[in-house]
Amino acid sequence: MSDAGGAAKPKKVRGTVFVEVERCKGCGFCVEFCPPRALDLDTGFNKKGYHPPVLTREEDCTGCDLCGLYCPDFAIFGVIIKKSA
Amino acid sequence: MAADPRGVLTGQHYLDGNHAACEGALAAGCRFAAGYPITPSTEVVERIAQRFPTMGGVFIQMEDEIAASITLQGGVWAGKKALTVTSGPGFSLMMEHVGLAAITECPCVFVNVQRGGPSTGLPTLPGQADMMQARWGSHGDYEIIALCPQSPQECFDFAIKAFNLAETWRVPVMLMMDECVGHMTERVVIPNAEDIEVVERNFTKKKPGEYKPFDAGDGWVPEMAKAGDGYNLFVTGLTHDERGYPVMNHHAQEKLVHRLVDKIRKNADKICEWEEDGIEGAEVVVMSYGITSRVAQRGVEIAREQGIKVGTMRLIVAWPFPEKRVKQIAPTIKSFVMPELNYGQMVFELERCVAGMTRTVLVPHGGGEVHDPQVIANAIIEAARGKN
Amino acid sequence: MTEVAINPVNPYLRMDRMPSIWCPGCGIGTSVNCFARALTQSKIDLKKTAVVSGIGCTGRVSGYMSVDSFHTTHGRALAFATGLKLGNPELNVVVYSGEGDLIAIGGNHFIHAARRNLDVLCVCVNNFTYGMTGGQVSPTSPATAKFTTAPLGQFEEPFNLPYLADSCGAVYVARWTTFHVRELTKAMRDALKKRGFRFIEVISPCPTLYQRRNRLGDGLDAMKYYQEKSVKKNGANTSELRIDFQSEITVGTFVDRERPTFADAMNARYKEVLGPRYVPCPDNYVPPQAKGEGT
Repeated sequence: MSDAGGAAKPKKVRGTVFVEVERCKGCGFCVEFCPPRALDLDTGFNKKGYHPPVLTREEDCTGCDLCGLYCPDFAIFGVIIKKSA
Repeated sequence: MAADPRGVLTGQHYLDGNHAACEGALAAGCRFAAGYPITPSTEVVERIAQRFPTMGGVFIQMEDEIAASITLQGGVWAGKKALTVTSGPGFSLMMEHVGLAAITECPCVFVNVQRGGPSTGLPTLPGQADMMQARWGSHGDYEIIALCPQSPQECFDFAIKAFNLAETWRVPVMLMMDECVGHMTERVVIPNAEDIEVVERNFTKKKPGEYKPFDAGDGWVPEMAKAGDGYNLFVTGLTHDERGYPVMNHHAQEKLVHRLVDKIRKNADKICEWEEDGIEGAEVVVMSYGITSRVAQRGVEIAREQGIKVGTMRLIVAWPFPEKRVKQIAPTIKSFVMPELNYGQMVFELERCVAGMTRTVLVPHGGGEVHDPQVIANAIIEAARGKN
Repeated sequence: MTEVAINPVNPYLRMDRMPSIWCPGCGIGTSVNCFARALTQSKIDLKKTAVVSGIGCTGRVSGYMSVDSFHTTHGRALAFATGLKLGNPELNVVVYSGEGDLIAIGGNHFIHAARRNLDVLCVCVNNFTYGMTGGQVSPTSPATAKFTTAPLGQFEEPFNLPYLADSCGAVYVARWTTFHVRELTKAMRDALKKRGFRFIEVISPCPTLYQRRNRLGDGLDAMKYYQEKSVKKNGANTSELRIDFQSEITVGTFVDRERPTFADAMNARYKEVLGPRYVPCPDNYVPPQAKGEGT
């Protein structure tokens, strides 16, 4: 990524989430308790008929993994994306 | 393999059956015991509590027999040889965990010093009324092994045998003593450690990932592993597959439970043990076990004095039952006579095996004392004359 | 850009057994997440870790964990764990079960394990009901709430679990809800590092049975209730931690003390009395024939 040089701004940490769609049971814990509210439940269904989460506001995700900590079905987790120098 | 000499009190002793059973367990390598006090069995764990600390054993008195009967299984999965000791009411409380030991193939020993029942019954007096419970007491289909000592020496010897059978077949083994045998004091000879044959646990040498804890392969009994060895064991009381994973269907049930049952039934010839005498040409055969076999011996002698040809068959292993031998004998005699300290338990198994080929006569006794030998003799005489 | 990312919880689970049996919105899985992270953070040896459960929804936890797992009989997890721990003192033994299992049918073992200070971590997921059997009244069911076996509303006094554990001598007592994932993780981590009988109560939603029957919404509604009605009071007097129907829930670490464990006390006593004659477990005796046989 390219904005790593020069500027005095502190590095902005960004993150993302990985969703194992078929493991989701659509409880909504991750969406509700995402600190930056970056997730929504998908309008579509997985095979079992649940709405899995999607990262609709990727720019807001900090990769804090609170979604991963809440998910009772081990279907989502967050990771911090470290900027390469 | 020879016994650990630290557990072997080599020499001649004057011991009661309860103390002798304890010494047998120690000689067999038992190093974990969980108990709960109950008459008339308590001396076994009392002696264990005294003896264990100098030989690396752990004894704990649990809060009840339900706990004791599963705490010992925790000890087994930690790698120990383990036993629990109880009597009538405590044995009833332990039944669920006999089933757990059966389905998880946990090698362990339950000692039951039988007393009169039902319920609190006769705590200080003998009975043999738990023989069917030992076999059928837990729900579901399973098999166990039960041994019946008739003397303190046999309490010692059979305690070792019980552990060896448990390790060989990965089943709960019941040492079915009774109050008389438990409290009778006689000479007990404890051999040198190197002369005691002890079966060690068959721990797997497979690597984690290759090892399936409930896969018996072409044999009957899976290799074992213990907690802490890196195998990620999964042990459950649910019906499970070879990996130990629960599987809720009739295929898994058939595969698992059929093996649990067959590993004993199909190997009964290797497990069954009895003593017999004078069967050839006998008119009547007296079948007995435990303390009753000693009383019956006198009854047999009285009958023989009257000229009756009496054979004897004494069960050492009561379960599995020596069905084959009974079927050989049955057509050759007029009657089986079976004295028991109950109103009919093992006699029903005998009757099933006899299958109408001859008669079976029960000499019942509710317990609280042993039979009058004359009563047994009378039953033999009447059976020989075809009267009862 | 990246290699395949793996859920940090995966190495702790038997992935071939997923998905779990737990209902959508059930909190047991959330507590397992916290437990898995606590295992990482505490750096304990997983090969020497065993999870023991009884029967019930939470009783399934042991079987999903990729460590030595023992799914025992109903109520008897602590009794089994007693044997496992005393038989091999090197093991880290965790008992993970529900309140019906640990406190109703297993109540006797619970009070005695705490009294003896058995060296196990006991995690009790409390969802106020028997989930596996369909929503019957449990020993923590709050008054007036409805259950299949209390259709007109529960009227018995519920157990206050931290008070019970404290009274019986537990050395660590905490209560968190499945909303408090960070606190719960930390509590589990701290407890894993401690010795003695450690008790963590986890208040968890049961949307299918407890919530639905009592018109309390789904799992998420329960989580919001925990968020709004939980009061953090570390060191609170455990006698004041009773939970009533939809009342405030006091959470926190209530007890953190030291006391000799069962094995400590046993070893000390036997050493005192027997001196060098005492041979503690584990027994390292190797029969002479086994030496040098290469097997």
